[in-house]
Amino acid sequence: MRIDHDALVIGAGGAGLWAALELARAGVSTGVLTKLYPTRSHTGAAQGGVCAALGNQEEDHWEWHMFDTVKGGDYLVDQDAAEVLAHEAIETVIELEHMGLPFNRTPDGKIDQRRFGGHTRNFGEGPIKRACFAADRTGHMILQTLYQSCIKAGVQFYDEYHVVDLLFEGGEGGDGGRAAGVVAYRIADGELHTFGAKAVLLATGGNGRMFSITSNAHSLTGDGMSLVYRHGIPLEDMEFYQFHPTGIYGIGILLSEAARGEGGTLLNADGERFMSRYAPKAMELAPRDMVSRAIYLEIRDGRGAGPKKDYVYLDVRHLGRAVIEEKLPDITEFARVYLGVEPLTEPVPIQPTAHYAMGGIPTDLRTRVVRDEANTVVEGLFAAGEAACVSVHGANRLGTNSLVDLLVFGRRAGREMAAYCRAAEAPSIAADVEEPVRSELEALRTRPEGESPSALKAELATLMMDNVGVFRTAKMMATAVAGVAAIKDRYTRVRVRDTGRIFNTDLLEARELGYLIDGAEAMASSAIARTESRGAHSRDDYPERDDVNFLAHTLAYRGEAGPSLRYKPVTITRFEPKPRTY
Amino acid sequence: MQVDLRILRFDPERDAAPHWESYRVEAEPMDRVLNLLTTVKAEQDGTLTFRRSCAHGICGSDAMLINGRNRLACKIRVDQLGKKITVAPLTGLPVVKDLVVDMDTFFSKYRSVMPFLIADSPAPERERRQSQADRARYDDTTKCILCAACTTACPSFWAQPSYVGPAAIVNAHRFIFDSRDDAGDERLEILADKDGVWRCRTIFNCVDACPRGINITRAILEVSRAVVERSV
Repeated sequence: MRIDHDALVIGAGGAGLWAALELARAGVSTGVLTKLYPTRSHTGAAQGGVCAALGNQEEDHWEWHMFDTVKGGDYLVDQDAAEVLAHEAIETVIELEHMGLPFNRTPDGKIDQRRFGGHTRNFGEGPIKRACFAADRTGHMILQTLYQSCIKAGVQFYDEYHVVDLLFEGGEGGDGGRAAGVVAYRIADGELHTFGAKAVLLATGGNGRMFSITSNAHSLTGDGMSLVYRHGIPLEDMEFYQFHPTGIYGIGILLSEAARGEGGTLLNADGERFMSRYAPKAMELAPRDMVSRAIYLEIRDGRGAGPKKDYVYLDVRHLGRAVIEEKLPDITEFARVYLGVEPLTEPVPIQPTAHYAMGGIPTDLRTRVVRDEANTVVEGLFAAGEAACVSVHGANRLGTNSLVDLLVFGRRAGREMAAYCRAAEAPSIAADVEEPVRSELEALRTRPEGESPSALKAELATLMMDNVGVFRTAKMMATAVAGVAAIKDRYTRVRVRDTGRIFNTDLLEARELGYLIDGAEAMASSAIARTESRGAHSRDDYPERDDVNFLAHTLAYRGEAGPSLRYKPVTITRFEPKPRTY
Repeated sequence: MQVDLRILRFDPERDAAPHWESYRVEAEPMDRVLNLLTTVKAEQDGTLTFRRSCAHGICGSDAMLINGRNRLACKIRVDQLGKKITVAPLTGLPVVKDLVVDMDTFFSKYRSVMPFLIADSPAPERERRQSQADRARYDDTTKCILCAACTTACPSFWAQPSYVGPAAIVNAHRFIFDSRDDAGDERLEILADKDGVWRCRTIFNCVDACPRGINITRAILEVSRAVVERSV
């Protein structure tokens, strides 16, 4: 079946929904495709807050937010992008409030703000209250509010349509072609649909499911990243993957940084606030990469708690019942439900959990996808949110900046696409574009023999967790590169068990495993080639940052014998790279 | 421990009617039902079909009927259920396959109550002010994740499928009692309809079913009271 719109938005999390809203307001014919229902998107799991220099609690300036973002990202951040992020954060948060977002309030009725890791006053002097929040369900309220606004604006949704290919006109995406639409698999009945459009936005989120301990939803399999990679467009900075310090032990469900923002502490087995050894000034509110490394070192040096000495504690007992129940109700419940631990009276066992891809689909400030070190634009193709790399997070993202990113650049994407659609002609699409993906899906379904994709997925997740995690060595990364290649080969022979047409999740999970493998391949290869330590990429053989050779973004291009790597310079405007201490 | 898991299965491409299948699964007391379903799908029967995404009670994908009560599969633990566990799809919505139900009518009921802020005054340059007390007035109903557990646990909905249902009323409540909103009367008009709030018989199944702990019956009563006050 063939459906045409002027614009397509792939993914209905915060970035996709805001883009769709802008497109609807501009009167552009738009379809939003999501493999879930929009309100299931993982933006809804974000807890602690969204930073904007509103200054409601104390003096603040967007330039301070910009500086914190650049320093937090270990100077790999493109500073023109960080400027856009910090500056436009203010108006996007205000606009969200106007849309109805129920922020917590100060006594005089303004949006309430609290502390978060790495956010400081006056270029690093001390912590600042910058995170605007709605209890500890800020992401939930952002997702609901944007979905509500989309309903109000009459946005057309295609719920449970799984995008399985991108279409280009006049050549491959990586070779001068222009975006022309997508092929999508309707989950309800297994039918393929061709969607034609002038402009396509990839707002498909991250790929944390390539790790065994993760805060990410099952749906986060890096679909958009993989699809561009398969069409010759590179992935940027994939080696920079954030491990959030406070995942629930053994499961990885997130306990928000808001717990530390409100005054929660981290303790080792001896009951010691070990952060004093690693970040004496910022303590528990140091950036996430530093806190995760500190936890890793405490455990490695035998100061972990529990029978296997493999976790540490998050302690909120001293905050008192009122703060915990009013400002941290959800994460308190997570500890009760998933660990059987009562945070009012007991410290909570935690470990770092795979959380966020700083890297992704390279874009310019206008959210247009770019395909090389000269920032050559792929016409008609856009990306925003976690799927994209603009790059505002550099080597390590600050807490709350994921929400800021998807709001600011989701909004920009919608406006940019609306302008593009007014000027562009509708592309032409060949008749047989569904054929390649139809054959791939048929092969998965009908191969007579083959191993189970779910077992292979578990193997991939363990391989990546063990070897491309918080601390890396050349040997570990080499193991990952070889292991991913072997898994990629075995993947060509997997077979699904469900051969039906209707709601075949077995088939789609197998397809998603292919996307995860692509992401893991780009990540492991980009990581081993970066012979320095920067932000979340930390290796024992190269413990120092190397600005002479690696103040540069990695671009990983897909190749038959593994990815080929190129590098592009970092944009530096206001802040020269300095040593990073907290 | 060993768990006896019974699942109501239905594949429209193979089965004339739903039927029970039994599985024996090795489980830990702290495992959730979603872990058991995932294990069955990975190790015993890849055709078992259910929705899931976040796996920690936030996205609302995996509401189902577990040991006779609507629960999120990712939030209810084996130690809360015992060694015999039965799982069936939500009641009152068409079954697509196994534990997957068609959510379209549920979401159209949600859309029917105008679940979005309507403010008549032009937006100020900064935020609209709201007191902490006014913000607290509708806090409970902002927690809804649209999982459908409440509506599909409601006997009034089973008896009268045109009833708008508790989830839609909860989402109307969230705006009716928001001091920034100006369209409360229009929503109350919609809910004063024969398929609106009056179908609620205060059976409290919705309160038991809600995975977010929302006091749904109280929210419905507050809306009912507002409907009455409006018509006097």
